[in-house]
Amino acid sequence: MGKDRVAVVGIGQTEHQATRGDVSMAGLVREAAARALADAEVSWADIDAVVIGKAPDFFEGVMMPELYLADALGASGKPLFRVHTAGSVGGSTSIVAAQLVQAGIHERVLTVAFEKQSESEAMWALSMPIPFQPPLHAGAGGYFAPHIRSYIRRAQAPDHIGILVALKDRTNALRNPHAHLHEHDITFHSIKDSLMLWDPIRYAETCPSSDGACAMVLASEAVGDEAAAAGRTPAWVHGTAMRSEPTMSADRDTVLPLGGAQCAAEVYRQAGITDPRRQVDCAEIYVPFSWFEPMWLENLGFAEPGQGWRLVEDGATALDGDLPVNMSGGVLSSNPIGASGMLRFAEAAMQVRGAAGEHQVDGARLAVGHAYGGGSQFFAMWVVGADKP
Amino acid sequence: MKRDVAVISFAQSAHVRAVDSENEVEMLMPVVGDVLGAIDMTMDDIGFTCSGSTDYLAGQAFSFVMILDGVGPWPPIQESHVEMDGAWALYEAWVKLQLGEIDTALVYCCARASAGDLPMVLTRQLDPYTAGPLWPDSISLAALQARALIDAGKATEADMAEVAARSRRAALDNPVAQLAWDRPAGELLTEDHLVAPLRRHDCPPISDGVAAVALAAGDAAGDRCRRPAWISGIDHRVEPIHLGLRDLTESRSTRLAAERAGVHDGPLDVAELHAPFTHQELILRDALGLDATTAVNPSGGALAANPMMTAGLVRIGEVASHIHDGTANRGVAHATSGPCLQQNLVCVLEGDGAGGRRR
Amino acid sequence: MVDVVLPESLRGVEPVRSVRIPARLEYRYTPGAASSRFLRGIAEKRILGERCSVCQKVYVPPRGACPTDGVPTAEQVELAHAGTVVSFCVVNVAFYGQEMEIPYVTANIRLDGSDLPIMHLIQECPADEVRIGMRVEAVWVDDADLGPTLESIRWFRPTGEPDADVDIPGEGVGTGLGSWVGGTAPGEGP
Repeated sequence: MGKDRVAVVGIGQTEHQATRGDVSMAGLVREAAARALADAEVSWADIDAVVIGKAPDFFEGVMMPELYLADALGASGKPLFRVHTAGSVGGSTSIVAAQLVQAGIHERVLTVAFEKQSESEAMWALSMPIPFQPPLHAGAGGYFAPHIRSYIRRAQAPDHIGILVALKDRTNALRNPHAHLHEHDITFHSIKDSLMLWDPIRYAETCPSSDGACAMVLASEAVGDEAAAAGRTPAWVHGTAMRSEPTMSADRDTVLPLGGAQCAAEVYRQAGITDPRRQVDCAEIYVPFSWFEPMWLENLGFAEPGQGWRLVEDGATALDGDLPVNMSGGVLSSNPIGASGMLRFAEAAMQVRGAAGEHQVDGARLAVGHAYGGGSQFFAMWVVGADKP
Repeated sequence: MKRDVAVISFAQSAHVRAVDSENEVEMLMPVVGDVLGAIDMTMDDIGFTCSGSTDYLAGQAFSFVMILDGVGPWPPIQESHVEMDGAWALYEAWVKLQLGEIDTALVYCCARASAGDLPMVLTRQLDPYTAGPLWPDSISLAALQARALIDAGKATEADMAEVAARSRRAALDNPVAQLAWDRPAGELLTEDHLVAPLRRHDCPPISDGVAAVALAAGDAAGDRCRRPAWISGIDHRVEPIHLGLRDLTESRSTRLAAERAGVHDGPLDVAELHAPFTHQELILRDALGLDATTAVNPSGGALAANPMMTAGLVRIGEVASHIHDGTANRGVAHATSGPCLQQNLVCVLEGDGAGGRRR
Repeated sequence: MVDVVLPESLRGVEPVRSVRIPARLEYRYTPGAASSRFLRGIAEKRILGERCSVCQKVYVPPRGACPTDGVPTAEQVELAHAGTVVSFCVVNVAFYGQEMEIPYVTANIRLDGSDLPIMHLIQECPADEVRIGMRVEAVWVDDADLGPTLESIRWFRPTGEPDADVDIPGEGVGTGLGSWVGGTAPGEGP
């Protein structure tokens, strides 16, 4: 009984694109998984269990696709587990996989998250008419835009903050070969002049729709030690947390949700973090629309309420700032929905392993990964470090 | 060394062909009230909540999201959801309880299998590039498996009719069962085939229903429940989906999960098997090594009520109920998913006297 | 990746890159007891919310449960056809399936006497004049066209009343962790 240590010893991801027409669904998940196994220097036979996550099955038009993907993921004869917690699923999938090691049930767990939105009509999947209910009129952007407007009013934030976030993330993505969007000509003005889709959200402040997958090998302390001894630095998990809150509650703060704050409080408690702004070296957080960066900076305790946008304006969250955020380019640059949360968790792990390549933060030793989903109501976070907890 | 975790409460709705007057939230609320009320608990006493369902059953993306409102998750709760039968949601909760940070968990499922044409909906589980486009319905695939079993000399249509007759007769004592009757097996065999070699009585009903289970670890279990049903072993395994890659006449994944779960470590008083089709019970009995000393599916099993994504959790709840009321000391519950028993979970439950609790 | 060696007969054949597999499934949707009560009211040009007996909050449209307390909302409350804009979005994109003139405004509107905003359209007003706190009222379809759907309300339009103060959960206090240092999150612990 109790919690064993767990290490991230292998990470892999696909090249994310609008349409990965060169691979099937199985080929896509296999690409990420094979890279994670190669990174961990383990074979398919070394894997004890597979934990897979993705967002709604209507995105690909396959019901419970993990059943069909069982052999592509080498899961035959092993436990195969499928998580679905809306947009936070990539994060919660990682956490479920980590817990299998922490509970001492398995030694090495392969966890995979993916979305292949091009296989079906994602907009169709999300906009299936529900009889008797009012149409949403405007899609996901139309749902979240009022939350952002509330934030701007509450924080008295200037209009250009969203543009600065988009510019930063898309510029960071130029350093990430896996990113979907590589916009070499992007400027402050090109974002500012892009169409105001869902006022206050501009087109260039909106995430793309991507095909992609991410995979990690999570392993016991003994396996983590072996990796370290062999010069393959593991990332050690210092804390994991999940929180959920209702869709329709009258008490819900949709700008800074209580569930998000409690999720952060719990994961910091586990990791021994009392001052996140000072102690955390970098953070990869789920920002599908640019304004969510300052909102989550406040919700996660990196800034006082109403002050998150100042960190953006001051450049604190830039790659060379004192709290780099979304070094990979974030969800704004790649958004295979089911995998987006795991990509955040994986980027945090890559940073503390010193393996983030051109988007590496110098000396990163403690990093936060964050995902959210639903109507800002499902939250998953982890803290990973270069040192053992 | 595993932490001792027990099922301390189980509740389910009546299972019916179609619930017409209530939405999922309204279906779920009374059952959650029952499962917690029976042990004098509220959501404030629950450390972790987990549910199982699939969007393809409801026909709506994110269908589990609104259902969560039915448990009143405020202030925010620790919660997760699996796109699997609730038996696997229970597995996630059991893992969570192993970590020692929480002592209680709620697991629930809410099934509305009546919303779509279930045998056709289930074709969407198949390989989307090769098998899915052929739309082979779930009854036809099960018939292929039954044919393989008969051709291998492992069962006869009469054996299958015996399973049907016994299950529906047992269901007469199950107040929430959907399908219950008393007819001799010989009479059943005079009926026409539905999809040969399956007759209508070999197939499950399509059911709407709700189930919920409360779990507790260590002393917290004994505080709330006089005879906790300790989970002495739980494991699940998967096989390839392609029927051609499997020997359909046996269930290797069930056999493996049973070994891992310690099914054979003691005598079994009761078994609840998630066998939607009669011949699948025969395959599962063999895989689990059950003999005549074990009462199989006293509830009537999935042949009496088969709420998709919920029927597996119901099996665990039924075995736990026998331990709670002292009619069994040790039992095994089984859940399945995917075409022709592709994925299987095995859970062994024991009362205090059977050594279910080690400390 | 493993190189696959094709048999002679298949070499040089153009590889299959994609297949189109149309799928159609039909579902029967069940709105449930609370939604049915609400929709029957709408068909009679009445807006019926439901009150939680524990927290006294009024939900519209009701879903049958208080999401805070997890109990049925049994008491019906007839609501005004007017309310206040809590927040809004100006839409400049032709969204799939919509035939609205661009730009148009969707807003979260809290009806007087209720505690949770509904989402609906605002019309009969330039988009750039819509603001948080604006008072609006429902514009119904002709009586002959009334039916059990929220589309029986065509849209909301300004009433011309002075703006109202809106109480937005979290505003003024905030549930960010930023005010937290040293171990206790808002709403968690002392």
